Amino acid sequence: MLKTLINELVEKWPELWPILAAIAVILAVVPFLGLYMTFIERKLAAYVQDRVGPNRVGPFGLLQAVADGLKIFLKEQIIPDHVYTVLYFLAPTLSLMTAMFALVVMPFGPVPTNYTGGFRFIVAPGIDIGILMMIAISSLSAYGIIVGGWASNNKYSMYGAIRSCAQFISYEIPLGLSIIGVIAVAGSLNIEHIVDAQSKSIWDWNIFWQPLALLIFFTSALAETNRLPFDLPECEQELVGGFHTEYSGIKFVLFFLAEYTHIVTVSFLTALLFFGGWSCPGIPSPSTPEGASLTYMLLGLLVLVLKVSCVVALIMLLRWALPRFRFDQLMGLAWKGLIPLALVNLIGVAIVLSLDLPKHLLVVTAVLPVIAAYYSATQFNASMAKLNSERSVLSKSRAMSYE
Amino acid sequence: MSNKKTKTVKWGEEPKLGMLDALYLPAIVSGLATAVRHAVSGKPTTRQYPEVEPEIPPNYRGVHRLNRDEQGRVKCVACYMCQTACPANCIEIIAAPAPKDDPHWKDRDKYPATFTIDELRCIYCGMCEEACPVDAIELTSVYDLTGLTRKEMVFDKEKLLSVFDETVKTGKDPVRTNRGTLGPASEEAPTGRQGPPPPGRGKHG
Ligand code: SF4
Ligand code: SF4
Repeated sequence: MLKTLINELVEKWPELWPILAAIAVILAVVPFLGLYMTFIERKLAAYVQDRVGPNRVGPFGLLQAVADGLKIFLKEQIIPDHVYTVLYFLAPTLSLMTAMFALVVMPFGPVPTNYTGGFRFIVAPGIDIGILMMIAISSLSAYGIIVGGWASNNKYSMYGAIRSCAQFISYEIPLGLSIIGVIAVAGSLNIEHIVDAQSKSIWDWNIFWQPLALLIFFTSALAETNRLPFDLPECEQELVGGFHTEYSGIKFVLFFLAEYTHIVTVSFLTALLFFGGWSCPGIPSPSTPEGASLTYMLLGLLVLVLKVSCVVALIMLLRWALPRFRFDQLMGLAWKGLIPLALVNLIGVAIVLSLDLPKHLLVVTAVLPVIAAYYSATQFNASMAKLNSERSVLSKSRAMSYE
Repeated sequence: MSNKKTKTVKWGEEPKLGMLDALYLPAIVSGLATAVRHAVSGKPTTRQYPEVEPEIPPNYRGVHRLNRDEQGRVKCVACYMCQTACPANCIEIIAAPAPKDDPHWKDRDKYPATFTIDELRCIYCGMCEEACPVDAIELTSVYDLTGLTRKEMVFDKEKLLSVFDETVKTGKDPVRTNRGTLGPASEEAPTGRQGPPPPGRGKHG
């Protein structure tokens, strides 16, 4: 029994080790990244606010993240009396598990589309429903938040969870709709193929013919990650800590890690789907024979990491540039703004594809938000004018009654 | 009705929403620009505290000190004014007649045998300083008062005098901007002198 298993393992080893290695990379990198993202975020926040930020532990405060991690591991485990214990423990795990699971189909470096052997920068190469699975799995992380909010048995946590639930459901739709155009032109749900379709020249990057889709995708993705300006599930002024009010120590860290993993996922997706992933002029595609060499692979990895860091930096800067949305504005933006725009964009893609027009015609979709803004401004001003006239009638009648 | 009111409720009007406002993007870009401008300005307002000490204004109310007169004796005449004035009840003085046979003390009638201030109980209100007729007790600009036990935070006479020695040495003499005329017992104030106080205390005997 054991012998057959070992034989099997030895036989499958050449196919097995790249997968195990990739899993090891993800498992090692994600917590590390989570820790260092907090550090980078703190530093960036400090610079934006004319402060210095953590600078005491190690050179430039670089060991601060390690110190924080150690501290939080040694923290006392506080379990409030009133929680539903099983769910209370389940929630953070669920949150992190789904966040990490979504990374399975995400290429974190150049992956050749012919999947030659050896180490590849992806855990599960060649999954044909890649992007679909990614979105499906990462939306499961709503369960972590909802279960956490419910199990905390506390009204603020519950409010946070409900808000997060509503937000997830609303923004899932524009998120999905916005990438359908990209998928339709690449003709595949496989992320490696989508990137490969953009690798011919810089003008093939999806941003140059789907600017509107990028805008919608990025906005919805921000909402999905619960980042400012969409961090209503955990806004401290209204809800104490939101869904993680009752969590402390290592359980809180799991939630935190899940959040940062989401940011990483979203940044990777933005870079892969809209900015050509690892493709860059001068670096041959990894699917071609000369592009499969180690140097070009590493260069591709560097390019991808650079693009991703730019997106991460943008997400972190946005936090200090924008105030938080009001909840009705948040919902209005999704249902009245992003979803109609995404639908129109989709129709545009459908027309271009079925009439065999060049796809760069779709750049004109960038005008759509302007039209939408014009429309909404007119609507708003009209309703304001109506309100004002009603008020002036009211104040006239008041004046009459004073006499 | 004769008393006709013409003034009525006035409604404020919301500003009109322009197309650019409804587009959100210009506002986002300008917000980002502000964030980036601050991020790259490289002029943090943070002070690296233990290395760079803050400039404490000279009229700060920090740790007390007991002043000495010209002959190095404690200036306090043990009149209990400060102890009476203290709202936190943290000063404790035991007075004793000055040793008359000692030539060093022969011009004094009374002096504090012990003088303790519980710095933990003190609220640093400065009432003791105001009450003192001879300006013997003062609040200095020493702000970083720490200790490992409660006991060591109860300052006795020697400790308070040593605070005086240190602050005089480092030139951190307290300055009260609103001190007014000093009492007749203080040798610093010639009787009848009015008007604004001197900018610094100069000599401390
Ligand atoms: S500063 Fe105020 S509280 Fe402190 S000893 Fe003087 S009178 Fe008492
Ligand atoms: S008021 Fe001045 S002189 Fe009187 S006991 Fe206090 S410190 Fe001494």
